[in-house]
Amino acid sequence: MDTALILHFLTIPLVFLIWTTFLKTFILLNVVLGIVSVTVFAERKVSAFIQDRTGPNRVGIPMTLLGGKKDIPFWGLGQMIADPVKLLTKENFVPAGVNKFFFWLAPKLVLLPPLLVLAVLPFGSSLFGVEMTIANINVGVLFIFAVTSLSVYGITLAGWASNSKFPFIGGIRSSSQMISYELALGLSIIPIFMVCGTLNINEIVDWQIKNGWLVAPYWPHGFALGQLLHPSDLIHSLVAGVSLERFLLWIPMMISFVIFLVSIFAETNRLPFDLPEAEQELVGGYHTEYSSMNFASFFLGEYAAMFAGSGAIVSIFLGGWSLPMIPDGSHGWFWGLVSIGAWFAKVSVILLFMIWIRWTLPRFRYDQLMKLGWLGFFPIALFNIFLTAVILAIVHH
Amino acid sequence: MAIVVNRPKLTFAEKCYLPSLVAGLAITWKHLKRALFNKGIVTMQYPEEKWDANLPDWYRGAPTLVVDENGREKCVSCQLCEFICPPRAITIKPMEIPENDKWRKVEKRPEAFDIDMARCIYCGLCEEVCPEEAIFLRKDYSITGLNRAEMVHDKKTLYKLGGVMKGLTFKWNELK
Repeated sequence: MDTALILHFLTIPLVFLIWTTFLKTFILLNVVLGIVSVTVFAERKVSAFIQDRTGPNRVGIPMTLLGGKKDIPFWGLGQMIADPVKLLTKENFVPAGVNKFFFWLAPKLVLLPPLLVLAVLPFGSSLFGVEMTIANINVGVLFIFAVTSLSVYGITLAGWASNSKFPFIGGIRSSSQMISYELALGLSIIPIFMVCGTLNINEIVDWQIKNGWLVAPYWPHGFALGQLLHPSDLIHSLVAGVSLERFLLWIPMMISFVIFLVSIFAETNRLPFDLPEAEQELVGGYHTEYSSMNFASFFLGEYAAMFAGSGAIVSIFLGGWSLPMIPDGSHGWFWGLVSIGAWFAKVSVILLFMIWIRWTLPRFRYDQLMKLGWLGFFPIALFNIFLTAVILAIVHH
Repeated sequence: MAIVVNRPKLTFAEKCYLPSLVAGLAITWKHLKRALFNKGIVTMQYPEEKWDANLPDWYRGAPTLVVDENGREKCVSCQLCEFICPPRAITIKPMEIPENDKWRKVEKRPEAFDIDMARCIYCGLCEEVCPEEAIFLRKDYSITGLNRAEMVHDKKTLYKLGGVMKGLTFKWNELK
């Protein structure tokens, strides 16, 4: 076959869709799993700094292994490689009396959902005309909810299959935690649908590009980089950005944002809601009996969930891949790359915030968490829906 | 009689967590920022930085043997330390001091004196029990070896670590 024929074959719409999707999936998966190991390193380093320690600072380039005189510490960045290698080379120990099938199934169930969530997140505008979303589906947000709540089964199964009391308590806590935040998580997002009128995450991002981020009350209307050279246009767009509707809607949007953020913390089992893990109380919680790669799957799943959760927050509330004054990918591949970079940068900020919160707050007791979910966030989220409806009704009539 | 602890009345701001959350974040941010500029970090980088100068005089490190100001081994191999040693780390092989030796009147000294540092628990009983004040716990704490044999301190090593201890007992001096 000659190259022209292959090129022709690759540009058939369906074939083009299939191979670009595979390529996007492959690259995104590898980038995200790489970011997971960077996040673990960042977690260790930030926690150390917050507690006035230095954190990992030795593992770098092992020159002594290659016959050199001295190792190059490289700020301990080698730890990112050393940690996974250590986990991979450990013995995968299965204790006696476990339910083998579920014991092996559970880590996979925890790892899978966060990676599936990545499929619907728009991680950039477009590159060479290819949309930077793996699956642009109309039920995007519902898909996220449907898939993320599956990871709780992995945790509960791990707790049950381990045949040990601490994992069991962890699994029970996980399910009790799930019923207390899941409702608030779902309800908090309804005002966004009322404002944007869509469940498609790509369209929510588009709405935010036109009307400003959902958490920002003021947005210069149609502001672009070229306007900086034309003061009259600039002033025009600045004035056009002021609208009563946006300022009124800012209140319910902020309430939604806070509830969603806190629920994502609970969803990803991060402190202050890491009840299933609770290493001080439950040894290691649901993954006490696990070792080696099975344990690593839980670890990977937890951090991938953090990434997916941050990605959802960024895409829904913080304007997705958009930045003020930056054109989208249709203006050339450079701006496409910039938009991808912007998305990853925003996600990193949320990830750092999650780490920062973890080393600040103590853990909730689980009756406190249930109280917070049922008596705090659930009514507030319900009230928030009515508030949004009233504001929308007043503004439009 | 049970002590009743009343729950404190919380204000609305305290109940909704948010103000204290922000205050907490501010505190941790302060530490993070300080540590980023390498200030306020309390970690010591162990093999490079050591705390040795601050070890107290009563620090119980590795047990060692000492010689007196005349260069005489103070140990007379009475084997009391060997008997009292809880983990049985000490093994002594006594020998008689030959007739023509300067210290003949001491009668005995150790031919071999081994302390198995893999067994030693640094309790200091050997130092306490020694009637001749020949064995002392010094400040060496980093005793390492690649195998069990290397962890055994023989007489030579013990004297090297111990050094000279002057003027504590005088009963073997010439004047007496």
